[in-house]
Amino acid sequence: MTAVAIPHIEEHHDPEGSRFGMWLFLLTEILLFAGIFLLYAVYRYQFPEDFHYGATTLHTLVGAINTIILLTSSLTMVLSIAKLVRGDRKGAVVMLGATIALGLSFLVVKIFEWGDKIGHGLFPGSEELMEHTAGENMFYGLYFGMTGLHALHVIVGLGVLAVMLYRLARKPRMTVRLPAPGNVALSLASGDGRKLWDGTADADVDGVEVSLTYSKNEEMLDKEVTRLENAGLYWHLVDVIWIFLFPFLYLIT
Amino acid sequence: MSHDAPGGVVSYLDAGKGAGFWPWLKSWIFTVDHKRIGILYLVTIMSFFAIGVLLGITMRLELIAPGKTIIGPDTYNSLFTVHGVIMIFLFIIPGLPAIFGNFFLPIQIGARDVFFPRINLLSWYCYVVGAILAVVSLFAGGGAPDTGWTFYVPYAVRTTTNVTVAVFAAFVLGFSSILTGLNFVTTVHRMRTKGMTWFRMPLNVWSLYATAWIQLLATPIIAVTLILVMLERMFNLGLFDPARGGDPILYQHLFWIYSHPAVYIMILPAMGVVSEIIPTFSHKTIFGYRAIAMSSLAIAFLGYLVWGHHMFTSGMGDTSRWIFSLLTFLVAIPSAIKVFNWVATLYKGSVQMEPALLFVFGFIFLFSIGGLTGMMQSALAVNIHVHDTYFIVGHFHYVMFGGTGFGLIAAVLYWFPKMFGRMIPRKPLYIGFGFMFVGFNLLYFTMLILGWQGMPRRYYDYVPEFTTGHVIATVGSWILVAGLLIVAHTVLKAVIKGEPAPADPWGGTTLEWKIPSPPPHENFVELPVIEAGPYHRPGGKTP
Amino acid sequence: MEEHTRIPYSKYLMVWFALVLFTGVTIMVAGLQVGGWSTFAAIFIAAIKGTLVLFYFMHLRYESGLFKLALTVAMLTLAVIMALTFADVSFR
Repeated sequence: MTAVAIPHIEEHHDPEGSRFGMWLFLLTEILLFAGIFLLYAVYRYQFPEDFHYGATTLHTLVGAINTIILLTSSLTMVLSIAKLVRGDRKGAVVMLGATIALGLSFLVVKIFEWGDKIGHGLFPGSEELMEHTAGENMFYGLYFGMTGLHALHVIVGLGVLAVMLYRLARKPRMTVRLPAPGNVALSLASGDGRKLWDGTADADVDGVEVSLTYSKNEEMLDKEVTRLENAGLYWHLVDVIWIFLFPFLYLIT
Repeated sequence: MSHDAPGGVVSYLDAGKGAGFWPWLKSWIFTVDHKRIGILYLVTIMSFFAIGVLLGITMRLELIAPGKTIIGPDTYNSLFTVHGVIMIFLFIIPGLPAIFGNFFLPIQIGARDVFFPRINLLSWYCYVVGAILAVVSLFAGGGAPDTGWTFYVPYAVRTTTNVTVAVFAAFVLGFSSILTGLNFVTTVHRMRTKGMTWFRMPLNVWSLYATAWIQLLATPIIAVTLILVMLERMFNLGLFDPARGGDPILYQHLFWIYSHPAVYIMILPAMGVVSEIIPTFSHKTIFGYRAIAMSSLAIAFLGYLVWGHHMFTSGMGDTSRWIFSLLTFLVAIPSAIKVFNWVATLYKGSVQMEPALLFVFGFIFLFSIGGLTGMMQSALAVNIHVHDTYFIVGHFHYVMFGGTGFGLIAAVLYWFPKMFGRMIPRKPLYIGFGFMFVGFNLLYFTMLILGWQGMPRRYYDYVPEFTTGHVIATVGSWILVAGLLIVAHTVLKAVIKGEPAPADPWGGTTLEWKIPSPPPHENFVELPVIEAGPYHRPGGKTP
Repeated sequence: MEEHTRIPYSKYLMVWFALVLFTGVTIMVAGLQVGGWSTFAAIFIAAIKGTLVLFYFMHLRYESGLFKLALTVAMLTLAVIMALTFADVSFR
């Protein structure tokens, strides 16, 4: 009888390398926004009064509330990771849920803001906007372009966090595939010899998949923490971008 | 014929064979083996290169005589646009890093794979999606884009052709590039084998590393620029519309802030290949290892400072024009450093005239002409006259085709035995090179002259005094393509019928020559420990 | 799990509080009449807030120097791009 050893989880486990890769991706996101910030800088330089006027048509309080929402979501994000590091899976799930809820609130507020502007006829290409000055056209173009691009990243971030929430809410697992050529008898025994499962696979079966769930394995938990950290890094970046967007769009004097 | 390496180890090409067609196909389409991903890229990229060449000779056929020859003016505009999009985004930018970087970077640093194998596969999927979108843009709705591959506003916003789809294709392809760059930087930092210090890495790896940084830091700018073009077309955002306060020159700035560093994405890997081939076929260690390594980083850095030289006639301010002109003269220096060191390596070496080395000589000669014509263009006074003429077209084909193109062919010939376990017969390759070299210069040197005389680029028609030049160029294109066909046919035939190759057919010193041809799935039975530089030969000076 | 640095919850809360505070500061400063300095102040305060998030929430403070170097390279690239573009725009 051949005993098949469950393979060691993974040789190549390098959390720092994994985080480095994520940071490199974040750098590309920073440069992505840099392009549109460049346009903003040039047009603000060329139309200072119009940009000031444009800023006054935005509601500073609403922008401030959205800023606080995102800052708090960053807090709940790190708390989620901190709890997972300490082994508190439930706490991590709760904090992650709070992060997602706050992110959704941000989007809801944004929708109301945009709706307000669109309701007043102020949107890209509108007739109303054509009546306004060149500088205001640039301001509103940038307002919608920058907050739109940012909102897109919020949506993607929420998607990533939702996937993380799903994975955290269930136990970590690994699937092992074993070949089972021909007529084989399969049995699963625990380390101390207790028989866990017994069965026969007939000739039509050519493989068996075993799914192993781990609640206390250090390495599995380590990998989960790295994944959550990387997801968190993306979310924090979304926050950092808004930290710059808020004063640049709402607080121009 | 079996690809089994000596000792019966299964090669990466054969793993998964024998289980039936669909499992075999799945083992390729869902592979995470960097070598297989390199081959997947090889097949897809070279297919698009072939399409790009077809578009090119069609253009040359139209231009053999003034007036209409075979196609109308609108079709001509679409032809040069699609030729540019395919050659730049689907061939040259991914080319060397995606094929040879993927295949050889891990092996050359003593690793079993890249750091993120699944992201590697994702980057190829992005390539395929981008390629499909590019093809879709040719046929759907408004027809193939006719803006030139540079998609300048305002025309790109107003034209009814499929700019949005084409631009989205470029966006997706950019993603592929970013993921490759991310993977390579992480791999080089984290997966070098024991003893492989930074200054013991092959120069090919240094080039790919510098390239990867450009891929990471420049590509996002084109991404946001393309997004803005899509937003202009779909939602009338107006940020580049002069009637509403926008500045079209800002589009050009954003476009070239990526597209200039992009040309260094194109050339650096080819220079890396040259730095490998020359020491091997000189049977000598490389001259000036550190200078070449540092010059790769210098090129990457300086490449960010010069984009304005594409815009000298756009309406940019005078101050910025002389600043960009000065900076452009600087960027030639690190490239020149490389050429001097390569030549110094050959000096007093035992030179073995393999076809790969012949193509490297072609590279050095043709790239030098390209580089020198670039220097001519950097001078503001000259640029006013030659901008948007055939002089520019000649220049960039010398550097991109004579440089990267010949470099890529050299890479194919050099690494073919390792990748496929077979040798390519030499004689047809020499003949192919001859045709290519003669045809290339007939085609593109003539363009330099035509441009100097005033022939504008992207023009469907021309005045009769340019006819002779155009005829010579078109004939040159036929000779060039004949050469390409000879080389392609010889290489493809060798995949199936070539003589079996040993692990080290050339007497190379880098790690890939120490493993079987073709390599097994995880490259090394035992990860190597490095004790000397990459080009060190026993008995020679240690670099 | 030595890999993952353990930062006390209280530290995170203090950083959050500082961020909220600076948000208030930047709004207040925008209300003052400081002329040309207001742009600089806005960028400066945003940079402080961003740095707090990067260093503490994103753990940049505790990562190896390579991470900080990579970020610096990206920021330098950004600065160069802005500077050279303005070489055109402001001197036309």
